Amino acid sequence: MTQAVPDPGLAPVPEAPPPPEDRQIELLAFHLGGQEYSVDIMSVREIRGWSKPTPLPHAPGYLRGVINLRGTVLPIMDLSERLGLGRREASGRDVIIVIEAEGRTIGLLVSAVSDILTVPTDALDAPPDLTGEDGARFLSAIALHGDCLTRVLDLSAVLPPVKSALI
Amino acid sequence: MAGPDPMDAIRKTFFLECEDLLEALLEGLDALSAGTGDTDTVHSVFRAVHSIKGGAGAFGLDRLVTFAHRFESGLDALRTGRIEADAGALQLFLRAADLLGDLVRASRDGLPTDAGAEDSVLADLDGLLGTLQEEREEDLDFAPALLAIPLDDDDADDAPAPLRLSFRPHEELYLSGNDPRHILAALSRLGPTEVTCHTEALPDLAALNPESSYLHWTVRCAPGVTAADIEGAFEFVAGLCDLEVTADADPVPAAVSVPADLPPPDKIPPGASTPAPPPAPSSAPAPVATTQTPTVRVDLDRVDRLVNLVGELVINQAMLSQSVRQGGLPPNSPVMAGLDEFLQLTRDIQDSVMMIRAQPIKPLFQRLGRIVREAASRTGKAVRLETSGEGTEIDKTVLDKLTDPLTHMIRNAVDHGLESAEVRRAAGKPDEGTVHLAAHHRSGRVIIDVSDDGGGLDRARIRARAIERGLLSEDADSTPSDLDALLFQPGFSTVDTVSDLSGRGVGMDVVKRAIQTLGGRIAITTEPGKGTTFSISLPLTLAILDGMVFEAGGETMVMPLGAVLETQTVTGADLDALTPESRVLRVRGRMLPLLDLGEVLAHHPRRDDLAGCVALIVQAEGGSRYALTVDRIADQRQVVIKGLGDSYGPIPGIAAATILGDGQVALILDPIELREHAPGARRPLAETMP
Repeated sequence: MTQAVPDPGLAPVPEAPPPPEDRQIELLAFHLGGQEYSVDIMSVREIRGWSKPTPLPHAPGYLRGVINLRGTVLPIMDLSERLGLGRREASGRDVIIVIEAEGRTIGLLVSAVSDILTVPTDALDAPPDLTGEDGARFLSAIALHGDCLTRVLDLSAVLPPVKSALI
Repeated sequence: MAGPDPMDAIRKTFFLECEDLLEALLEGLDALSAGTGDTDTVHSVFRAVHSIKGGAGAFGLDRLVTFAHRFESGLDALRTGRIEADAGALQLFLRAADLLGDLVRASRDGLPTDAGAEDSVLADLDGLLGTLQEEREEDLDFAPALLAIPLDDDDADDAPAPLRLSFRPHEELYLSGNDPRHILAALSRLGPTEVTCHTEALPDLAALNPESSYLHWTVRCAPGVTAADIEGAFEFVAGLCDLEVTADADPVPAAVSVPADLPPPDKIPPGASTPAPPPAPSSAPAPVATTQTPTVRVDLDRVDRLVNLVGELVINQAMLSQSVRQGGLPPNSPVMAGLDEFLQLTRDIQDSVMMIRAQPIKPLFQRLGRIVREAASRTGKAVRLETSGEGTEIDKTVLDKLTDPLTHMIRNAVDHGLESAEVRRAAGKPDEGTVHLAAHHRSGRVIIDVSDDGGGLDRARIRARAIERGLLSEDADSTPSDLDALLFQPGFSTVDTVSDLSGRGVGMDVVKRAIQTLGGRIAITTEPGKGTTFSISLPLTLAILDGMVFEAGGETMVMPLGAVLETQTVTGADLDALTPESRVLRVRGRMLPLLDLGEVLAHHPRRDDLAGCVALIVQAEGGSRYALTVDRIADQRQVVIKGLGDSYGPIPGIAAATILGDGQVALILDPIELREHAPGARRPLAETMP
C-alpha cells in the first residue's frame, strides 16, 4: 500500500493550484490528553476494540506488546506515551487504530476515535519549528477545522525504529 | 529475449525437469552399480542425459551441451553393448553425473564454474572409449561411427532442427483434382505443425480468376519430421508445385529449390539413432519400473499460504471450542458433538496440508552419495554408501536445511569414522567400509541415522583431548555418554592433522546448532570396533512446534519441548547463592546456574524466595545446562509458530510467537539466546532517536 497523499501540505505552494477536488485530504481524528490528533485516513487499515497485549520483554515503554489480529501478531503502541503525553492506563473502552505505513503494520492505542475530517490541503500548515519540543517531531502538519486545531501525525516518525532499537 | 516472461518460465521448467532427470540418472546408475539394473535402466539413464542435452541446446547452454554430448556418447557405448557395465565404468559415469548436475545448477543460477572442471572426466571418458576404439580397430563397421560421435556437430547428430518448407502450387495441381488442404493435413499428422497461408497475391474479387493459383504456404514442420516424410506427403503433387525445404534453425537457409522433384535429404542426419527433439515428451524420463502418479508443480508460496491459513483455522477452532464450553452447554449437546467433528476435520486438514510440503528424502540422500564418493576418493578409502528409507517424507524447509549438517556428518564418517584399509583388515573387516544412511518416522518425528562400520569413538582420546583443551578437568569422573557429548563442544577435534575434508574444529558443534535450529536433537551411539551412529530426530514441520506451555511473571509462554530435559519443583534447600547476583540449583547432585525467567524478561524485579516455583532444566549451547524457574507449568501441546520479525525487530531470547486457544499471543523462548543475554538482561534498551 502506498500512502495516497504524501504530505501534500508540506510542499511549497505551487504557482498554479490544480483543480480543487484533488486537493483534499481525509483525516481520522482522535483525542489524546485533551488534544486532537489525526492521521491520513489512507493509512488506516481498521479500527478495533481493545484486547490485552502480551508484553514484549526489553521493548521500549511505548510498545505495549503484541496482540492477535486474526492470526497475525500485531505490535501495539501507546501513542500517548510515544508522543510524550504520559502513559495511558488502558481501559476496556480504548480502541486500536491499525495503520500501515512504510510497509509495516502497527496498532495505535488511543482512547476513542472522534471524527473523520475532510480538509483542503491548502488548509494544512507546516508545524511551527519547535525543535527541542518532543511532541513536535511527530507532526507532519497542523490544520484548523472550524474552531479546532488538529495535529496531523507523521507516521514514519511515529513508527518505532526497526531492529536497532530492540537489539 | 524481448519478452522475458514466457522464456523465463520455460527456462525455469527446464531446470525443474533437469532436477528430475538428474535424479533418474543417479537412480539408474545406482541401480546398475548395485547390479539390479537391466537394459531398461541403461536406456533410462541414456534418455535422462539426452533430454538434458536437448533442453540445454534449446537454451544455448553450449558448455552443458558439449559435456552432456560426450557423456551421452559414453552411455551410448554402454547401451549398445560396446563397453561393459563394470565398476570402473560406472564409477566414471557417476562422476560424470555429479559433474553434469554441477553444470546444470551452475547454468541455472548463472554461477561461474571452473573452466577445466570437466576435463578430467572427459579425459577418462575418452580413455574409456579410446581403448574401445583400439580394440575394435579392425572392426570396420564400428570405427567410423565411434569417431564420428565426438567430432559431430551437436545438433545435427540427433536433434535435427525442424524443417521449414515453402509450398507454391501450380494451376495444374488444382486442375488435376488435388487439394492443398489434404497435403497440409497430412503434414500436420506428423506432429504439431505451423502453417502460414500467404494471400498477398490475391487480386480483388472482380479480377479474380477462380481457376488460377494465388495462394502459397509456408509450413514449419514438427521437430523430427524428416525430408523423407515430406516427400511422402507431396508424392502425388510432385511436379505440380514449387517446393522448398530448409532447415529452420539454419542462419543461412541452405535452400534446395526443387520445382519438380523433392530435395535430397542432405540436411537430414543419416539414420540418427534417436531423433528426439529438445522438449519432446517422448524423451521424458521413464525411470525404473515405478508407476508414476500424476503430479503438479505448485509455487511454494501458495503452499505456505495454505499452511498459514490452516494454522489460523486450528487456532480459530480452539477459540471457538473454548467459548462454547464457557457458554455452559452440556457436553452431549449437538453443538458440542458438531464441534468435536469440526476438531477432527481440522486436524485432518492440517495433516493433509503438511503432507503437501513434505518431500521424500531421496534426492538429499543421492546428493550425499556424491559426498561419500568425493570423500572416499580424497582419503583413498574404499567406501560404500547404503541407504534405507529414501521414501521417508519430510518438510521441504527442513529438508533444505539438512543438507549442510548431513554433508558434514558424512564427511566425518568417512574421514574419522572409517579406519584405513590396513586397520580394517587387521580387525577382520572387509576393506570396503560402509556408511549407512537411514530415515524413518517415529512418533511424529523423522529420525535420520548416519552410521559407519568403523572403529567407534575412541573415548580415551576424547578424554585426553578434552583435558588438553580445558573442556574437562583431569580428575573429572565422566560417564561414556558425557565423553561422547564432548564431541559437540565448540573447537573439539580428535584428529591431529587438519584434513581437507573435516576436522577444522568447527565440526559437530555447528552440526548440532543447525539441528537444534530445526527443532531437532542429535544423539550418538558407538561401540568400539563396530562403528558409530549419529541419530538425528527432527520435527515433521517447522510450522508447528511441540512446546511446553507455562506461566512466568503473569504471562503465558512457550518453551520448545526439545530443549527441556526435565523439570523439578524448587525447594529452598536446593538453592544456593553463589554471589549476590547469581544462584545455582542442585539437580541430582549437580549444580546448575539458575535464571528466574520473570526477572530475565523484566516482568518483575528479583525475587529472593523461589520456593514453590518450577525449574525447567534447559539444554543450552554445547550441551551445557541451566535451570530456568517459572511459576507454573500449564500444558504440553503443539503450537503454530508465528514470526515476530516483520513489523518488528528481533528480541533477544524470544524466537517467535504463537496464538493460544484463548486468542492471546504467547511468546516462544529461545533457550540458547535467553542464556546468552541473561547476564545483562536488565540493561535498559535505549530508544534510538531518529
